[in-house]
Order: sequence, then structure tokens, then C-alpha cells
Amino acid sequence: MAGLGRVCLLLALVVCLYGIGAALYGVRSGRIEFSVSARRSVYALAGILSVAILVLEIAFLRDDFAFNTVADTSSRTTPALYRAAAVWSSQEGSLLLWAWLLSLWASLALFLTRNRMREVASYATAILLGFGAFFVSLMIFYATPFATTNPAPAEGVGLDPLLRFPTMMIHPPMLYSGYTLCTIPLAFGMGALLARRVDAEWIRATRRFALAAWLFLGMGILLGARWSYSELGWGGYWGWDAVENASLMPWLTGTAFLHSLMIQEKRGMLKVWNASLVLATGTLAIMGTFLVRSGVLNSIHAFGGATLGVPFVVLIAALIAGSIYLVVSRRDMLRTEHRLDSLLSRESIFLANNLVLVGLCFVIFWGTYFPLISEALTGRESSVGPPWFDRYTVPLALVLVLLSGVGPVIAWRRATLANARRNFAVPLALALLVLVVLLGAGAGEKPLANAMFCCGAFVFGCIGQEFFRGVRARRATAQEGAMVALLALVRRNRRRYGGYIVHVGMAVLFIGVAASSSFQHASELGLSPGQSTRVGAYTIRYVRPTATITPKYDAAHTGSTLSLGAVLDVTRQGRHVATLEPSEGYYASEEQAQGSVGSLIGGQPVSHVSMDGGVTRDVWTAIEPDIETPALHRIVTVGNRTLPPEDALVAIGYLARAYLQHPPQAQFHFIVSPLVMWIWIGGLIVFGGGLIAIWPAPSAVRRRVAIRSRARAAQGLARA
Amino acid sequence: MVVVLALVLLAVTVAVVSAPLRAGRRPPQPRSAERDELEVAREAKYREIRDAELDYRTGKLSREDFEAVDRALRAEAVEILDRLEQLGEEIRPRAS
Repeated sequence: MAGLGRVCLLLALVVCLYGIGAALYGVRSGRIEFSVSARRSVYALAGILSVAILVLEIAFLRDDFAFNTVADTSSRTTPALYRAAAVWSSQEGSLLLWAWLLSLWASLALFLTRNRMREVASYATAILLGFGAFFVSLMIFYATPFATTNPAPAEGVGLDPLLRFPTMMIHPPMLYSGYTLCTIPLAFGMGALLARRVDAEWIRATRRFALAAWLFLGMGILLGARWSYSELGWGGYWGWDAVENASLMPWLTGTAFLHSLMIQEKRGMLKVWNASLVLATGTLAIMGTFLVRSGVLNSIHAFGGATLGVPFVVLIAALIAGSIYLVVSRRDMLRTEHRLDSLLSRESIFLANNLVLVGLCFVIFWGTYFPLISEALTGRESSVGPPWFDRYTVPLALVLVLLSGVGPVIAWRRATLANARRNFAVPLALALLVLVVLLGAGAGEKPLANAMFCCGAFVFGCIGQEFFRGVRARRATAQEGAMVALLALVRRNRRRYGGYIVHVGMAVLFIGVAASSSFQHASELGLSPGQSTRVGAYTIRYVRPTATITPKYDAAHTGSTLSLGAVLDVTRQGRHVATLEPSEGYYASEEQAQGSVGSLIGGQPVSHVSMDGGVTRDVWTAIEPDIETPALHRIVTVGNRTLPPEDALVAIGYLARAYLQHPPQAQFHFIVSPLVMWIWIGGLIVFGGGLIAIWPAPSAVRRRVAIRSRARAAQGLARA
Repeated sequence: MVVVLALVLLAVTVAVVSAPLRAGRRPPQPRSAERDELEVAREAKYREIRDAELDYRTGKLSREDFEAVDRALRAEAVEILDRLEQLGEEIRPRAS
């Protein structure tokens, strides 16, 4: 079936090239049938790549090690669910996933705009197919997922154990959906500039895609953070890693765009800014993919593939140059239609929020690419660490959270100081109350965290007040019960109230980040069975060691050959709180030099974290057993010398038994962090709010609202 | 087997992509760009009128400010409706 996959890629490239030509010819000659044919090329591309990804998926599920990518990233001992997700763990498979998702989202966007913006959509079609051609070419010329070896190896290397985690199955598709969705507004934005149609229509047509990109990217980032926290054994959810940062940057500019597009929709302002933001977001999404794929920067998430660096640099350079040319050459058309009526208006707050978001993006961009910049300037690669990022991003994040409360209570166009005073009274009182409580509780030594708690309380006050007043106004006019009025209010104003819910979710998330990073207790030490230590208010005792052998009995269900761990008893003031069982998995390696026994456990060991999560705090534990003690090492050495590969597992059984009978001291990492769970809850609230905002209003309601609006406008007509 | 599947895929692709070129009649002309633009502006203006009203009802705008903003918005809406009328457009809401 690899042949079919290769045919799919070739056909996909031909379709892309034809579609680009047809789209450009259609728009230049005015022959619509060519534009339609080009749009259908995108649908065809989606179909062809669906077949290609199906072929690869089947190869993974059938353990067809004739496919090089299957042999390199899967094995018979890899659990079935992870085998299904292993498609996108490889360089080649993830390129195919990127191109496939791009074709699906592009098809949807072009289908929804099939009767509108003919010229803009034609250019957008050509640009989207250009991206498609780029990724398909990478798969044909640099990293084909359908390369085969004959004869096929009997067994594969197996999926990287670090990726054998449930969220990693959906994290890449979410992130890639976000990246690929970012290219839709980029393509339409470029199309609008090329077609010289820079009114709000392209924004309206792609607004939902921008929101979907933001939503998917945000969820992908959060799932990655959850993976880092639960799997990586260092206890953190964000490490300012280059690849993490690369996904955050388009999310930040996308957030800015989602706010500033409303100003263009309503006021015809910020056209240059919006065009620049959307082009920057799309380019940053491609750069994010580049960082993962090129291996140009060190990252735990990077799939080093130095061969892809040059094509990506060429694409990014073309995107940047094209964006600058288009914005500069169309600057006359992008002139603003109105000016700000008042500095005290929602437009001004959105502008401030945009500046903070872009400022954040710039800081992260500088810190992320600093190793490359320093190497280019000085010849020496140096990098900046988390403290550098924290120094700049924490104050900016505080301002951002504050603005997310201010924006919703300020009116469009103009607001008076008297109204502002009245609207801010309750939220400010709430923030002050929180400050007093914090100072009273003796939490004053962490000023930045306290500031975040106060800003969060301010946001809750602002948004709570908005909901309360909205429901009250609705009840006054519609004579409805509170709950019915609330639902009707949200249903009729999805963008507004969905956005407010997103703000609440972000405030919750930032409170979780501030609390968990400022008030955590951590300890790293060696313990033997029976010994205990104190972490914060908790006492943790190492009760006994644990061991399992063979992938079948791996307690973490990750297919490890050997798993060594511990049973820990967690108490607080003498009361039992939880029993935790962290472990470390040892996986087979392909290194024959390690010997028949050594190679069974010679792969990269992976820590399996155990924690007791709660709404107030998480007790997080990880273990690093010592299997290099002379007694254990001797078992491996003797086994290597005396046992053939088919009997090598016997030695692993001996090793496990010896570990249980005479457990050496193990290294433990304990962390007690407050409010971590609120980071994930905040993320879910953001997701819920985003879904409300993105969901189309029911047509009946839309019709009623439009009729009412028409009637109101007609009143104006009568008076005019 | 692979050859057959590849040929089927090729045939379906050619059929899908070339259908508009093979059709005897030209695809319907999309509506005029100006009309599209005005319709978008009209709906944005309607939304702005509703938002201003909600801002007033939730206490973010004083009565005087609301009346001034509402008057300005309705004048802008009327201007858009006039331009649409000149294009002979039936004024109807469009799916978003």
C-alpha cells in the first residue's frame, strides 16, 4: 500500500499546482469556472490526503514495518491506542497530518465563502494551495511517510515512551489544527490585499476561523502543559521551551486580532493593524511548525530534522517579504475611516490590550530566537532562561488580566467618567477585599502573585456585574425568570457573553499559575523504605518498593519492559491523605551493544508521575530508582553473558525481584502546589466560552434580531 | 490492486476538479462586490445598534450618550440602506 501513498502525494502535488494556476487564471481573466475548478482542487486535495493518511494509519495499526516511519516510531509492544497516534509522532507523519488538516480546514472555509468575495476567495485558494504544495513537496522530496524497506524488519523501535500519554494523542492534532487554521485568515487577508478589497467582509468571512484557530491552539498549548506537568518528571507545566513559545506567539497575536477585528467591523479603523496582525499570526504559525520540524533550536518537543530548515526559511522569508510588500503597497486603501471618539471607550481598551499582547509576543520572540540572534552576531550561542521571561511577561500578564476586566464594562465609542466610576466601584471593592484578606493571611511576601489575585478578583467583579445587569435588563423587558433570562441573554449575544466567559477563564487560569508558581513547596532527596520527609504541610513516607516486568503488566500501560517504583503514604497532621505510586519505566532499545538483557531496558527511562490532585492543592511525586547498584548491575552483566535474547527476560525478572528484596535508596521529587487544578479548570472555562462565541446564532433568532434592527433603522429613516 | 486504486483516485480527482470546465453553462456570477460590502456593513451596523442598546441597559452609557450614539448609528445605518436601495437590493438578512 505504500505505492498508493506515494501516488497520493504525487497526485496531491499536481492538484495543488493546477489549482494555483486555475485560481490565478480565473481571477485575472474573470472566468469564474476556473476559480470554481480551483476551489474544487482544494476539495480534491482533502480527499487525496485523506486516503494518504488512511494508508499510513492502517500501516501503523497492522504493524507493517516495511514502512520506515512505522518501523522507526512503533512496535508490537506499543499499546494499540498509542500505535494509532504514532502516525504524527514521526517527522513524516506529522507533515502529512499538517497538510491533511490544512486541506480540510481550507475546504470548509472555501465552501462557506463559495458565493462571496470571488476575487478574494480565488487568491486565498491559490495561497492555501501554495501551502499545500509546500508541505506535499516536503513529503515527496525530503521526508516521505511512504518510504519502505525490503525485507521489512521483524520489529519496530517503538513509540518514544515520553509520548505514551493520553493527552499526547490529541495534543498534536489540536495544535496542528490551530496552526493550519491560522493560515485561513492569512490567506484571506492576503487575498483581500491582492484583490484590493480591504473592507470588513474578509474579516467577517474568516472571523470564525480565526476564533477556531485561537481555540484549537489554546487547547493544544494547554494539553501540552498538562503533558509536561503529568509526564515529564520535573513538575512544571511551562518551561519557556522554544517549541512551547513558538505555539504561544501566534496565539497571542491571534488574541490581539480577535479583539481588534471588532474595531474594524464596527468602526472601519485599524485596517493596517488588522492586516499586519493576521499576516503575522499566519507567519508565526508557520514559524512554529518550522521550530518543531527543523531542529534549529534545542527543545524537548522538537523532532530534529535538519533537512527541513532551508525550505522553511525560504517559505517564511517569502511570507514576511510578501506581507510587508502587500501592506505597504496597499497603505492608501487601508486608511482608517474614523478616529477614536474618546480615550475612555472600549476601542481604546482594545487598543491597549493589543499593544500588551503584541508586546508579550515580542518579548517571547526575542527570548526564543535569542540563541540564533546571539550566534549570528557573536558566533557564540547563548540563551535566556525562565527568569528572563518571567521578568518581562509577568508584569505584562498582570496588565492584560486587568484590561480583560476593564474592557467589558466600558462602552463602545464613548463612556463618561461618572459611568466608569459607577461601573468600577464593585469590582474595585472586590479586589481590595481580596488584598485585605491576603495581607491578613500573611501572604504579603509575594507581591506579584497577590497583584494577580487582586486583578483576578477585579475581573470576576466586572464580568459578574455585567451578567447581573444584563439579566436584570432582560428580565425587566421580557418578564422572564433569572435562569431563562441568563440563557436568553447569552444565546442572543454569543460573541459578547462567550467572550466574557473566556475572560473569566483566563483570570482563573492566571490565578492558578500565580498561586502554584509562587507558593509551591518542593523537595528532592533520596529515601529508603520506611523513611519519610516533610513537604509543606504534608509528611510523605516511602512505604515499600514496587516492580513489574513485561509490557503486559506495566502499571502505567505504556509498554515498558521493566517498571520500578514506590508506594508512598501521604499524611497531614497524622491523617492519611493519599497513597501514591510513582514509578519509572525502562524500555527496550535497539542498541545491540548493550547485550541481550541490557538492550531490554536500555532505552530512555521515563518517569511516571503519581499525584493527588485537588481544588486547593496537588501533591505531586516522581521517583528515580537506582538500578546501577553493583548487585543489580551484576544481574544485567551476567545475563548479557549467559542468556540468549529469547531468554533475556528471565534476568529482568531476577532484577525486579532483587530490587524488591534489597531496595536501594531511590531519588524522589516531591512538590506540593496550590491551585494547579484551576489552571486546567480555567482552560476548560476558556474553551466553553470560546465555543459559545464561535457557535452560530440560530437562524430564527438571527432573523428576528435582524427584523428588529431593520425596524429601528427605519425609525431613523423616518426621522431623517 | 494498488494500480486500480490509484487509477480510481485519479479518475475521481479529474472528475471533481474538471466538472466546472466541462459544464455547458457558466457558473452563476457571484453577487457584486459592492453589494456584499454594503451588506456586511449593514449587519455590522445593526449589531452596533444592538450593542449600544445593551451597553445603555447595562449602565455603561448615560442616557445622553446613548441617545447621541444611537442617533449617529441610525444615521449611518440609513446611509447604508440608501446605498443598498440604489443598488436595487432587497434588504434581507444573510446567514453569518
